[in-house]
Amino acid sequence: MAAVPAASDALAVDIRDLDVSFATDGGDVHAVRGVTLDVRRGEVLAIVGESGSGKTVTARTILGLLPETARMGGAVVLDGTNVVGLDKKELREIRGTKAAMIFQEPSTALNPVFTVGWQLAEGLRAHGKYTKAQARKRAIEMLKRVGIPDAEHRVDDYPHQFSGGQKQRIVIATALALDPTVIVADEPTTALDVTVQAEILELLRRLRDEDGTAIVLITHNMGVVADLADRVAVMLDGEIVETAPVKELFAAPTHEYTRKLLAAVPRLEISDRQLPEGAAAAEPVVVAQDLVIEYAGRFRRAAFRAVDKVSFTIAPGEVLGLVGESGSGKTTIGRAIAGLTPVAGGSLRVLGTEMLGVKEREFKRKRKELGFVFQDPATSFNPLLTIAQNVAEPLIVHTGVRDISAAQSKVDELLEAVQLPKAFGERFPHELSGGQRQRASLARALALDPKLLIADEPTSALDVSVQARVLELFRELQEQFGFATLFITHDLAVVDLLAHTIVVLHNGEIAETGPTAKVLGNPQDPYTKRLIASLPVPDPVEQAARRAVWDATRED
Amino acid sequence: MAKSHSSKPRLLDRLPVVHQLRQSVGLQRGMLVAGLILAAIFLILAIFAPWLSPYGYAQLRGPDGLFGAQQPPSPEHLLGTTVGGYDVLSRTIWGAQTAFLVIIVALVLSVFIGILLGLVSGYLGGWLDRVLVVIADAIYAFPTLLLAIVAAIAISGGQSGLWPGIMAAAVSITVVFIPQYFRVVRSEVVRVKAEAFVESAKVIGASTWRIMFVHVLRNSTRSLPLIVTLNASEAIAILAALGFLGFGIEPTAAAEWGYDLNKSIGDVSAGIWWTAIPPGVAIVLAILGMTLIGEGLNDLADPRLRARRRAGKQTPADAVAASQPITREFMGEVE
Repeated sequence: MAAVPAASDALAVDIRDLDVSFATDGGDVHAVRGVTLDVRRGEVLAIVGESGSGKTVTARTILGLLPETARMGGAVVLDGTNVVGLDKKELREIRGTKAAMIFQEPSTALNPVFTVGWQLAEGLRAHGKYTKAQARKRAIEMLKRVGIPDAEHRVDDYPHQFSGGQKQRIVIATALALDPTVIVADEPTTALDVTVQAEILELLRRLRDEDGTAIVLITHNMGVVADLADRVAVMLDGEIVETAPVKELFAAPTHEYTRKLLAAVPRLEISDRQLPEGAAAAEPVVVAQDLVIEYAGRFRRAAFRAVDKVSFTIAPGEVLGLVGESGSGKTTIGRAIAGLTPVAGGSLRVLGTEMLGVKEREFKRKRKELGFVFQDPATSFNPLLTIAQNVAEPLIVHTGVRDISAAQSKVDELLEAVQLPKAFGERFPHELSGGQRQRASLARALALDPKLLIADEPTSALDVSVQARVLELFRELQEQFGFATLFITHDLAVVDLLAHTIVVLHNGEIAETGPTAKVLGNPQDPYTKRLIASLPVPDPVEQAARRAVWDATRED
Repeated sequence: MAKSHSSKPRLLDRLPVVHQLRQSVGLQRGMLVAGLILAAIFLILAIFAPWLSPYGYAQLRGPDGLFGAQQPPSPEHLLGTTVGGYDVLSRTIWGAQTAFLVIIVALVLSVFIGILLGLVSGYLGGWLDRVLVVIADAIYAFPTLLLAIVAAIAISGGQSGLWPGIMAAAVSITVVFIPQYFRVVRSEVVRVKAEAFVESAKVIGASTWRIMFVHVLRNSTRSLPLIVTLNASEAIAILAALGFLGFGIEPTAAAEWGYDLNKSIGDVSAGIWWTAIPPGVAIVLAILGMTLIGEGLNDLADPRLRARRRAGKQTPADAVAASQPITREFMGEVE
């Protein structure tokens, strides 16, 4: 962390006793209560907390970006101006020049029908007079500064011609266009792959160092905090419970909640896990041999090959971690095993059924031996059925149980197994929190005592402390029931907690496969190495050392 | 959406229009209330027409003999009589009943057929979907009124009694409306079909019919109350247009506003105001009432358009609500 300049004492943002409440259909909600914060120039302040802690609302007040239903109290002094109580015109003058924002999802933050050059110039035109040529020149400069290669030509490209990481760079360029005092970055890397995330973090760090821009970083990822932040504010239920320099916070958290939060973050510990005895000898539950899955192309274009010649097996009771970045084909493989996506070539045997050219009628009998946990627990339940009805669905379909009352005892048993109170069965899905829903989802997947469970990113939509509990529960259930599992995830630390074997996918092909300890502890493939090096660890000192390693792998 | 905040709301609060009425504030509430009042007046006139109207819709003579044509308003005939010698007030009140029956029959026919076709077409897809969409588009391409006229002629031969007349009007309106319900339900079904809970039902191994009716259908009908109210107003307009053009119901079979308007054309130039204005105002107010309800529901269904009471100063009761951590739904979206 030697590169951190002495943060100048001038305050970029000074938030005092901020109160925000919203009028909602369910009455007023007091989202932020008495928050006092300050950000100095050239400093990265991270605001961490779980969803609903008020971190986004707090940061958005800096730009006055709150819905009309909000009522604010207190003061937010941005570079000498109190933002609270400004009218629309005054706010407009501040936005862009004094404060700018980087959004979570770069693909929606850019307008798809305009060139990126036009969008960069738009911010300039809003705050001054520029000729076309001047604006274009400035846009090219900005693109170069955020590391877009060949900026002279690419300035005329449209957003869809850029990759996700490049799009986020362009969003950062638009935020920088007028040299704002402070940039609010709301989960700037959450939508990005871990290797791209590392590059974006590097870019943000450079901006802080070179321009002395203050950055307010909102994130739930403690690894990102350790990597980038100088100071950290921890929020809980609309209040700040702790503010400390990053090293102090990680080394000696004072508040109990901070300690809990840090303890819940999964770390790469490289554990060696043994397969259950006899599993290797038994007939595998899933055998993939040169598996090929293609998506049909449009209008005579060639089909897109999402999975190319992938071979692996899953033994009974084995947990196979399928790891890869977006577009690597990991979800496609999971869907093919569940019969949701057709297999185009090679061979895939699931529970003894060949999936190449399988008919739904033949596979339907096998479905009761297969459970599926979806990524987003919010959408994987029918919102109009109660939790009990949803969990009973597989029983009704397969075991001849006519209705929910006949399945009640089994449903209660399942809810108990996933540590949900029986009474939760009466509730509707939206009345449960994300973690509770995901546990109910697990209960539904286990309803018929399956031999194989497919879990597609089951914890990526959850807060970190909730994720820890769900993963713990999952491990207990797996050990108790002994079902084989295909665990699909992008998070290496999560597979490390659970998997016996890891398959690393890269662009539809297997980059590396082997026992967990070997793949994570001694990776052979350059891609695996880069993946592991990109993963920020929740420890600022260790992360600084890892960053040096990452810099080295990047040269490859 | 009523279910979002407490686990077991009273049934009254979950009824479509009642729930929205409770939720609304300010101008939106005013519009909705105005619409509901107009619709209620329309409904009362339709149901109690036999008791409310001084004479029958086809009555030409009272105890003192014939009413006489084009009589100005008088104590016997509060709104005068028409060129055909009918009592204007009575025909206007009875007209509400005809319009009401037509709306009910037209909506029942088109809602069920439209939803079923939309569900099957959207969920199963394939050639069936393509054929149905092309047919719906083709029907859309016709001018609405022309289509209704053709249907009316085909069904009744152009003139008829009460029920054949109502059926003719209703069916011709149905033909126009089915594609609307079909389209709306189909697009919702296509959206819902891609949701994870439908995939999850597939993974479980539920049959296609079970998925369609248990999981997809109930999640695809959110916007129907809105379209029903808007279509009800359109049904009144089409019925009136059919009657005005002479394809409606005979005056001896039922009272019908469009027919009366048609017959009053000549009166307007003769300075006789009382034959044209009452049925015209009735049409305008009935349509206005339905449209206000529809627009009100539309605004309230969209969290971005819905007005809310401003967050006020804290009271002890608010403090309880405030102790709940705010969720991602802070923008107002609760579903």
